[in-house]
Amino acid sequence: MCGIAGLIHRGKSSNVGSELQLMLQALKHRGPDSTGYALYAENDGQNFIMRFKVGENVGEGSTSINEDSSVYDKRKKMVDQMLSELGAKVIKEDRLTPYSFRYEMQFNDDLMEFSKKIESIESVEILSIGKSLELIKDLGDAEAVSKRYGLADVKGTHAIGHARMATESGVDIKSAHPFWGYPFSDVSVVHNGQLTNYWNNRRVLENKGMRFMSECDSELIAVYLAEKMRNGATLEEGMKDSLSGLDGVFTYFVATKDSLGMAKDTMAAKPLVLYESDDLVAMGSEEIAIRSILPQEIDTYDPFDGEVKVWQI
Amino acid sequence: MANLKTTEKKTKAQSMGMHTEVLTGKTQQKFFNPDEAENFYYWGTYDVDFNKRTDLDVKDLDCKQANRKIDELMSQGYGTIVIKNPQGKHSLGVGILNKLNLIFEGSLGYFGVGSIDGPMVRVNGRVGWSCAENMMAGKVVIEKNAGSCFGAAIRGGDLICKGSVGARTGIDQKGGTIIIGGDAGAFTGFMMQRGRIVILGDVGINLGDSMYDGTIYVGGKIGSFGSDAVESPMTKSDIDWLKRKLKVAEIGDNFDVSKMTKVVAGKKLWNYDALEPTEKKGAI
Repeated sequence: MCGIAGLIHRGKSSNVGSELQLMLQALKHRGPDSTGYALYAENDGQNFIMRFKVGENVGEGSTSINEDSSVYDKRKKMVDQMLSELGAKVIKEDRLTPYSFRYEMQFNDDLMEFSKKIESIESVEILSIGKSLELIKDLGDAEAVSKRYGLADVKGTHAIGHARMATESGVDIKSAHPFWGYPFSDVSVVHNGQLTNYWNNRRVLENKGMRFMSECDSELIAVYLAEKMRNGATLEEGMKDSLSGLDGVFTYFVATKDSLGMAKDTMAAKPLVLYESDDLVAMGSEEIAIRSILPQEIDTYDPFDGEVKVWQI
Repeated sequence: MANLKTTEKKTKAQSMGMHTEVLTGKTQQKFFNPDEAENFYYWGTYDVDFNKRTDLDVKDLDCKQANRKIDELMSQGYGTIVIKNPQGKHSLGVGILNKLNLIFEGSLGYFGVGSIDGPMVRVNGRVGWSCAENMMAGKVVIEKNAGSCFGAAIRGGDLICKGSVGARTGIDQKGGTIIIGGDAGAFTGFMMQRGRIVILGDVGINLGDSMYDGTIYVGGKIGSFGSDAVESPMTKSDIDWLKRKLKVAEIGDNFDVSKMTKVVAGKKLWNYDALEPTEKKGAI
């Protein structure tokens, strides 16, 4: 089933970490396996934030193989060495869990080549790179993940998130949402639905040099949009194109450094409730997600089939 | 005739002379007997007084607790119940089988007021997916917008949304009337079998796709017709019925119903009339 939620504050920052946590926790019944956050935080905008993992969470019903934690240290050292070879300067590093890291770094070259080299290290996956984007995903519900990664106090302008019920692939972090729009900084995607032309599209996109890290059909949306943008399309153009390019049922959100968008398939088979005011847009798979941050009576609506909307901060 | 209430489960079927084997669980047969008063009792219903009014704040209740509280209030004779702070909760007000004035001061989530038979419901807010699914009778008025599958499989009653609705409105509709003041999404009237849908605004693609029977009236633009949905000329009886119905629904003042588009089943996919006896149709 899965539940998705997103919000954007226009013209100001807010406590998006705790707001998104409330929204996703309200959707826990739609997806208890894993939870993901893409928070567009109040960073200084000077350095890249790279979130990456060197292994999987093997607790809480995970389908991943148990590894000795010492291998995580070895992989981290290999990442550090690779960063040095690539000319990236690490300003600050945080180890959030035994397998998950947040690096603040300076880097000026091509992100695609950079990512390819880092991810050539066994079991290393870059969850996100951006100057604003903080992408966190792990097993457990919204409260558990927020507590594990200290997200409650994160301030920012907008955010999208996902509560996952694993249907198409395993219960693991690599299949959890959001997906980073590799190789673009600050692009993330969450999806509710099933894509039926995943393998056809994947083969075409891989031949064009795009990378897939999981076998989760939802990852296709991030890669699909990234490839469109790589060829010069705007985010909105890419999203409109996806309505015919992606087959299946879907409602998805995509966020960039300064915008938030939603798209709904032409059969409107997946739910979405939307609240829009001058200073806030909030949306989710169910109204209770919006009500968790706006308990007062508000006007909401369902976007129609084939609808694409993009909002700027 | 055996008394079904007092007969042991094991011997019930044999006592009725219908079976030699033992039927267990839910597999049991009952036969209507007009001499037994229990056959005229509608289980789960209450005699309520519309003048007896109360408020119920469901802010801190989950949907089960809220529905049980509504049931409890009806059992005490309350005929007008005002629900405060529904806050988008799912499945509120479901399964009410008696007359009742039920007013929601706020919005409902999914499956609101489903499987009802008789109450008058007003939602001063919005409703999520599948509002009033399987409604048998009564009247439901939504003051704002509604989600997809609005009035799925309803069999009777009036279901009115003053705003716009999502996709698949009236899917599998088997009777009754759905009236939409605004626009409706794709696949409106998908596989509908009986009843009427009235949309004053625009409607999305695949209108009336695979409909067996029933009638759809559209005031605005139609995205596209679905498979086997065809336009039919408006008649005087259509216009009279629409005027009367919109007046009762309290929407569409001064709306020129004569300019609406009437859509019916082409009956090339299915001929519903050939599938069941005429006398049975009248009961649907």
